[in-house]
Amino acid sequence: MATDARTKADNRGFFTRTKGINRLDWADIITYLYLFLGTLLMFGPVVWIVLSSFKTEAELIRFPPRALPYRQETVVVEGYEDPLPLFEVPMEDGSTVQLARVRRVGLEAQMVDPANPDEIIKADNTQIMPVEAVAFEVSNYKEGIQSFNFLRYFRNSVVVTVAATFLTLFINSMAAFSLSKYEYRGRNAVFIIIISALMVPISVILVPAFLLITEIGWNNNLLGVIVPGAATPTGVFLLRQYMLTIPDDLIDAARIDGATEWGIYVRIILPLAGPALAVLAIFSVMWRWNDFLWPKIVLTRSENFTLQLGLQAFQGDLQVQWHLILAMTVLTILPITLVFAFLQRFITTGIATTGMK
Amino acid sequence: MTLKTIKSPLNAVRKPLNSLIDFLLTGSEFLFAGLQRVIGVRGMGYFFVLPNLLVFGIFILSPMLLNFVYAFTGSDNLFLSDRPYVGFDNLERLFTCEDYFKVNSCREDLFIRSIRNTALFVVTQVFFMIVVSLITALALNRKIVWRGFFRSVYFYPVLLSPIVVGLMWRWILQENGILNSFIVTLGGSKVGFLSSASWTRFWVVVISIWSLMGFYTLILLAGLQAIPDELYEASSMDGASNWRKFWSITLPLLRPTMLVVVVLALIRAVQVFDIVFAFSGGGPGTSTFYIVQYIFRNGFAGDTKELGLAAAASLVMAITLVGFTLIQLRVRGADDAL
Amino acid sequence: MKTLIIITLVALMLVPVIGTGAQGDPVEVRFTCYQDGKECEVYGDLLATFMEENPDISVVIDQVEYQNILDVLPLNVETGQGPDIARLTNFSDLSEYYLDLRPLMEDPSLFDNFNAAVIDAFRPEGDDSGLYGYPDALTVTAPFVNASLFEQAGVELLGEGATWEEWIDALTQVAEATGTEYLFAIDNRGHRFAGPAMSEGATFFDDQGNFDLAGDEGFSTFAEMLKSWLDNGQSPADTWASGEALVDARSYFSNAQTVMYFSGSWQVGGFADTIGDAFDWVVVPNPTGPGGSTGVAGGAGIVAFDNGDEAKAQATARVIEYLLQPEVYAEFSGRTLNIPAHAGALEVGVTFDTDNPLVEAALNQLAQEATKLQDQALLLNIHPFAFAYYGSSNTRLQQYFAGEISLEEVTVLIQQDIDDAIANAE
Repeated sequence: MATDARTKADNRGFFTRTKGINRLDWADIITYLYLFLGTLLMFGPVVWIVLSSFKTEAELIRFPPRALPYRQETVVVEGYEDPLPLFEVPMEDGSTVQLARVRRVGLEAQMVDPANPDEIIKADNTQIMPVEAVAFEVSNYKEGIQSFNFLRYFRNSVVVTVAATFLTLFINSMAAFSLSKYEYRGRNAVFIIIISALMVPISVILVPAFLLITEIGWNNNLLGVIVPGAATPTGVFLLRQYMLTIPDDLIDAARIDGATEWGIYVRIILPLAGPALAVLAIFSVMWRWNDFLWPKIVLTRSENFTLQLGLQAFQGDLQVQWHLILAMTVLTILPITLVFAFLQRFITTGIATTGMK
Repeated sequence: MTLKTIKSPLNAVRKPLNSLIDFLLTGSEFLFAGLQRVIGVRGMGYFFVLPNLLVFGIFILSPMLLNFVYAFTGSDNLFLSDRPYVGFDNLERLFTCEDYFKVNSCREDLFIRSIRNTALFVVTQVFFMIVVSLITALALNRKIVWRGFFRSVYFYPVLLSPIVVGLMWRWILQENGILNSFIVTLGGSKVGFLSSASWTRFWVVVISIWSLMGFYTLILLAGLQAIPDELYEASSMDGASNWRKFWSITLPLLRPTMLVVVVLALIRAVQVFDIVFAFSGGGPGTSTFYIVQYIFRNGFAGDTKELGLAAAASLVMAITLVGFTLIQLRVRGADDAL
Repeated sequence: MKTLIIITLVALMLVPVIGTGAQGDPVEVRFTCYQDGKECEVYGDLLATFMEENPDISVVIDQVEYQNILDVLPLNVETGQGPDIARLTNFSDLSEYYLDLRPLMEDPSLFDNFNAAVIDAFRPEGDDSGLYGYPDALTVTAPFVNASLFEQAGVELLGEGATWEEWIDALTQVAEATGTEYLFAIDNRGHRFAGPAMSEGATFFDDQGNFDLAGDEGFSTFAEMLKSWLDNGQSPADTWASGEALVDARSYFSNAQTVMYFSGSWQVGGFADTIGDAFDWVVVPNPTGPGGSTGVAGGAGIVAFDNGDEAKAQATARVIEYLLQPEVYAEFSGRTLNIPAHAGALEVGVTFDTDNPLVEAALNQLAQEATKLQDQALLLNIHPFAFAYYGSSNTRLQQYFAGEISLEEVTVLIQQDIDDAIANAE
């Protein structure tokens, strides 16, 4: 779709197009610098979070932080049940030796040479340096996953995301078809009312919306999470704008051939609106997967929890458990990142051709 | 760059899948042909919009309207039937001040502060959002290698949940975070990014731009690509400089796209909440305490709830945003998009 | 209209796809739980034993984040969607929906093991005999100190009776001698702030037990002290700058960046894990001021909700009765490293589940601090409008520290916010 870029004439100039890859001028260099810096800024924070999530709790609070996760090496010494931590200990002659620490008494460290386990060597605890190696600590993930019903929550999240996305695509595309290809009284009013919902964020109407769900009886029912958000104004708008670009002649011709309206919708409009539907699908997956506030109110029984709800359960009244929060954050952005990696070309071409002009 | 040659793994199942889909489609056509006979072609137009309208009406519109009714009631009861009618008391309370030049003398000083903060945020954020998105769109519109890659790079943060974004940046900017560690390594001293009001306000703008610019960049990029090349060719022949081309061709022709972006960005900026809530919690003091947080705190998550007050504040916000909608509609009216 | 019928049909077709699970024979009791350490996990273990002995009851624990207890639980309870049992911190807010356990329990005297005033805090107004809930842990706020740093600096640890001035002196010496960044850190919560403020002479309540903070000097004194420490970098500024988000200042302490950390008994378990043997930490007595030396009480409570189902109510009462057995309560306290509020459990003896001598010592000192709590420090924990104070004081204090409001305005605005909450409730 965007292949025309390189075949077009090279005369858009400085702020618009370059003269070609082989002739880099300073504008190109600035462009590339800008884009590479941007890439760093966009991915950098995420990479840092991923690295941090593999650190032990003690390593996490260390300042200055180190890029890679480290763990102190331990050694099993004869006569001691648990593995002992290894330290670099400076000797009086200026050399250093690696010793294992048995225990610490105040400022004094009682060390032992792994090769000679019977003799206790005393050292100044402030002078010894831990021997460390890069190690990715998975216990944050293990602890996090084990403390709740991961599979069940994951399944609920998938059910909600998939069902809601299909429902959204279905009703939004029907509405967009109607709003773009039919003439009837009240059409513009309907469109304006739907678009006006952009004005009020869900966080503002939580209580009335909850009372409504209770009235219907969808508490603790995944339907209560799937259905309410399906009539997205953004989706209707996006699809409608795209469908406006589909020529009416196609529809008229089909009618002459005896196609029914429903037939036109499923056999002509839907296939032609493919790129826009793909974009909406990506948005919908993202909204639903990340959704937290609304599910939290509707779903209060653990068998119905989505992943986001399960993950938040780590937040206590009195403590913030960063090591678990980070690990679980990485887990939730993983599926989104995968969807992104596989569908990113639809995102760029889809939005670019949605007729947002 | 040759994505076309990569075959989708779906190809293998495409055939049986296609026939299944075809079977379903034929079935549904049969079903709805009957409906069409009853209600006619025009009726089908209503039929198509109905499911969306029903879901919308029940789950979005009616709570919205219900919420506005709350604005005129008092007490801490949940059900509307238990709440006494108090008229305009709540709205009045929001705007009562002993001295209109002193925030602290206002009855709801936090509300007034949240309005001030939101206004400041909206103005700065929308401006920089547009500038950064436009520059990025222009850069991406140039003839460069790895175009597809770069485009999606900027879109990636759009996909992250606001809570994740907020927490992530909090982790990076906290006093013992990685950024301060860089500063210390370079010989500086720690900066209180989260404890100084101006720094926190600055970072809130940066973070919200970081997380949303990809969306606006792509819309602007689409607008840029819709500008016909011939205009630039003609202009080149007239010997116009690049600057001139930008000012006299790119910007004017991008105007309709730009206005869509401005209005969308404005609405979202006024509604700023979850990223900031996770990032700064509204602090330090109340320097990043915005209007939606005020509503959220009084209507849902606060230690004490005043539903009427929250609903009144949301009414105020909705009225403000309707102003933006009107602008939006007028803009669209000028452009033939509607 | 036909279209409507079709829509309804489509909607109905969707419904059975996602039904709730099948009902088994045993009576199901739902328990909404949140945890600071591993309270819900331990409840899970304890109740698993209970269910083995009582196969006719099945208890399901729904673990949620703490925020959920504050915002979603009340919504659910008020609309009749509540659980049967919940662990919460605002004892009186939902009291009209509680289940009276007295007629349902075999041995209601189990509730006599608790402080009568606390049990009374669960009762709705006008009720003085019903049994609705009990505290499953008693927390108390107190300072933690990095003893190794004191040792390195050669400064003597201060004990009972030391004032804030003496502490700051000592902390300054230690920080200077050891190159430690901060003297002192405190969580950004009005709850933690209350103890030192009371020690500085704050009186939170009038004779009738109503909040009366406007113009309180003790409160202002400590607010001013804390502001000066934050401003001149003796205490980390990030802590009191994060609005409604809780930043527990714990990491400064476990990273040895601050000599003293003002928090509470719930930190002990976490310190055992994060600090390990990196340094010695101890709990010291709350600094003394004109108002004495006190922390404030806190803790979570277990309550039962009346869901109008006789069988469920019976089952719920049996679950609570089980959790109230001294041995069971003692096991809960021991494994969660919480100070028990249950006299019977204390008699049986609580063995803290740790082999770290520092933990043992800290818990002993904290239990000591608990006995010193002033009446107002106990009352704050169970006051019906305590949460109005917590919410308001967090915001107002942080506004003061950020320079948005003056010292005089702090207590006035807090009192105004509490009065608003009271007026709204009436």
